Formats: sequence, C-alpha cells, structure tokens
Amino acid sequence: MRASDQRLAELRETIPEVTPAEARALQEQGAALIDVREPDEVAQGSPAGAERLVRGFLELRIEDAVPDKDRTVLVMCAGGVRSLFAAEGLRQLGYSAVRSVLGGFNRWKEDGLPVEHPRVLDAGERERFGRHLLMPEVGEQGQVKLLESRVLLVGAGGLGSPAALYLAAAGVGTLGLVDDDVVERSNLQRQILHTDDRVGTPKVASAELTLKALVPGVTIESYELRLDSGNVDEVFAGYDVVLDGSDNFPTRYLVNDACVKLDIPNVHGSIYRFEGQVSVFWPGYPGRRGPCYRCLYPAPPPPELAPSCAEAGVLGVLPGVVGTLEAVEVIKLLLGIGDPLVGRLLHFDALAQRFSEYAIEPNPECAWCHAEGEFPEYVDYQSFCSSAGVGAKAAG
Amino acid sequence: MTETTVRIPTPLRPLTDGAADVVVEGSDVAAALGALGARYTGLLERVLDEDGALRPFVNVFVGSTNLRELDGLRTELREGDVISILPAVAGGGPA
Ligand SMILES: [Zn+2]
Repeated sequence: MRASDQRLAELRETIPEVTPAEARALQEQGAALIDVREPDEVAQGSPAGAERLVRGFLELRIEDAVPDKDRTVLVMCAGGVRSLFAAEGLRQLGYSAVRSVLGGFNRWKEDGLPVEHPRVLDAGERERFGRHLLMPEVGEQGQVKLLESRVLLVGAGGLGSPAALYLAAAGVGTLGLVDDDVVERSNLQRQILHTDDRVGTPKVASAELTLKALVPGVTIESYELRLDSGNVDEVFAGYDVVLDGSDNFPTRYLVNDACVKLDIPNVHGSIYRFEGQVSVFWPGYPGRRGPCYRCLYPAPPPPELAPSCAEAGVLGVLPGVVGTLEAVEVIKLLLGIGDPLVGRLLHFDALAQRFSEYAIEPNPECAWCHAEGEFPEYVDYQSFCSSAGVGAKAAG
Repeated sequence: MTETTVRIPTPLRPLTDGAADVVVEGSDVAAALGALGARYTGLLERVLDEDGALRPFVNVFVGSTNLRELDGLRTELREGDVISILPAVAGGGPA
C-alpha cells in the first residue's frame, strides 16, 4: 500500500464525511462551505454561496474567511480526496467541526445542487494584481470585487488624472469619465492623463488612450458632456462611487445633490493654489451618519471671492496629492475596508507640508440629506451659484 | 489675555500679507476674529456677513471641532487654541 493511500485511509477514519445533499442542508443552517479547488476548476462552476480558498493558501486565509473556530466547516474539492487532506489541515488549526464532502463538486453537480459561476482571475490578472492578492484585505475576492466595480469620475483634469490612473491600475473594472473639455497645453503642468501630442483632442478620448495603455482590460465609459439637472440621473445610474474632480461650484452642488438622491458615495476633492480638501460625503454610509456637501457649505461663495485655478493658479503637484487621496478612499469604499472620510474633512497644506483633520457633522436642517419623503427637485445650479465659476469646464 | 493662533486659508492670505498663521488675543472666537480684522483690513468681511454671522461658505474650527458644534462665535478660547478658517474651494485645477 502506498503511503498516500495509507494516509487517506487514516483520514477517512478521523474526518467525518457528509454527502453533498447533507452539506447543502448544513450550509443553509449556517455552516461554511469551502471550495478548495484551483481557480481554473472553480471557473467551470462552484457551489452557490461557497467560499473559494485555493488549497495552497487555505491555512493562511481561513481565519479571515471563518473567524469562528467552532463554526461547522465543510471542505470540498473535485472528488472528495484533496478535501480530506485540507480538512485535516483545518483541524490542526483548531477548527472543531470540520467535514469533508463525499464525491466533491462532481457529485454535487450530479445531484443537481445549486451551482454558480463566480468571476475568477485569469493568469494575466493574477500576475498583474499579484501585490494585491498577497494582502488579506484585498485577496482574490477583493480583486474580483474591484474588477466588477464601476466608478464615475467627474472631470478628467487635475484631480481626475491621478485618480483615474491609480483606479485603473488597481483593477477597477469600469471607469466612467465625464468631461466636455479638450486638452490644452496649459493643462499638462498637472493633468498627467494627457500628452503634448493630444492638445486639441477631447479629454475623455485622450484619457481613454492613456488608461488603456496602462490596463488594456479596463472598460471606459465616456461622457463628453456638461453635467446638468437633466442628464445627471442617467449618467450616475449604476455607478458604485462618484469621484468629484470638478472645478466649479455649480457642478459640485449638482454632484452632491444627485449622490444624496441616488445614495452614491461622493468622494470629494478640491484644491486651491497650495491647499486641498478631501472628504467622503455619504449620508447613507452604514457605519455612521456624516454630512453632505450642503451640510458643510450651505451656499457657495460669490464669484469674486472664489477665483478659479485658471485665475489664481495651482501648484501642479497638488492635484496629484489630493486626487490620489480620493483614489484611496474609493478603493476602501469598494472593498469595504478601513475607516472612510465620512464625517471627516482632511485638509492638506503643501507649503507647511501639513495634514489637518476636522470633524464635520450633518446639519439637521439640511433640506437635501435630511429630506423626509420626496427629495427636493434639482435647482438651477448656475443661478444658485450666481455664476460662481461659470464657464464651468468639468474637471481640473 | 488668551493668545491663540488663527490659520489663514490660502484664498485669504493676500489680505494678511501672505501670513499663514497669525497670533491674536481674545477670550472668545468673536474677540479673536475681531482682533484679526483690526489688524488686516478687508479680512473679516470674507468670514462674517453684515450681521456678524458666519458666512455659509466658510467653516471655522477650534482645534478639530466646528464652531457650529460649539457655542458659535461665543465659543471660549483657551491659551494655545488653534482656530482654522476653511472656505469652500471649487477647484479641481481647471484649464
Ligand atoms: Zn446635508
């Protein structure tokens, strides 16, 4: 008898086995079903609701997936052999109720039990996102989540440039870009999505070229238009997060109002010369109740008190810092990790090289985020801002 | 008298000869801002309206707490407090 056969016989003595139908019933009562097969096998189908932890990383990752060592854990492979070895590994980690599924996924399928086809990473994605996969906070499931995510960037300018580059690089699968501007040479001091030979071409087209050169698989949805009350609902629909990188108050208030109405997190960044502000306006955040942009700034400054960057100038690197901070918040929100800037205003002063954080509270009088019943109609944003920053190119 | 530091945001620095941090005296925020306004003409109008109330596009913090969560302009100050003025800025860094 070969040593492996002998070991298997021993494991069958010690590891309880359950049929796929029994496993399904236990799963419905709260047991964790762990599919330990390789990614190419999982791509052909996997039990509905199963956790997929490849055998090679099972012991390293199980405690994140199943923190409770007394929870029943059902281990499944293709035929019921590898799962016995895997189950033994889990017992040695201290899991007290481990079962192996007899006949594995092959029998699960034959028995007509529910199967799903999870999105798994292909070999190229596995290589590209390898540094993410090493971190339990992202891992394979987090990376798949990023690939299936949709982020809308309002503005493909100063803030949108670094944000879009890093979000695409991180594997966010779909990026929407709203901008009706064309590339000008004076943009290139900071808008690093664009290149000198694209001066005169639409920013959304230029951005798509750059982003696809970085990540060929990224999907770009271009909106070469000015956001207004009439199109905002349609443009925003279906996005998981909106990143505000606009350059004028009418657009900022419109982005706020639409995000509150549609319950989409609004990752805010704004800059002036050497300083920037970053926050996440998301009254619907389950973790705590934060303000919306109107709670913080009920009305915009009159235009003479709010010169644009075009008039006042801006340090070219500044949007790099602020847009990148926005990208960090987006990734955290998509993965559901860390503590977002909800109810927190982060201020960056480049000259002092100082970050300051301020607590910002919801305003109980806010007509937008405290609206009961019907959401207020969108207003006329141009006249509300009494022409503050009108001319309003989307995005720095 | 209580000495505090007021952090001046970039958009208002043309009014403070470029100064970013200004030390003023005053036992509450109104007094401190009044001292600031006495030193730099034109600055106070950017923060307060004709009735002396905070403008809606400006937030003032003592430490990390918004005046709105404290006693507003009547908020008392302690020696060494830092008052930050944060106006809304629109920019994403336009053309
Ligand atoms: Zn609000």
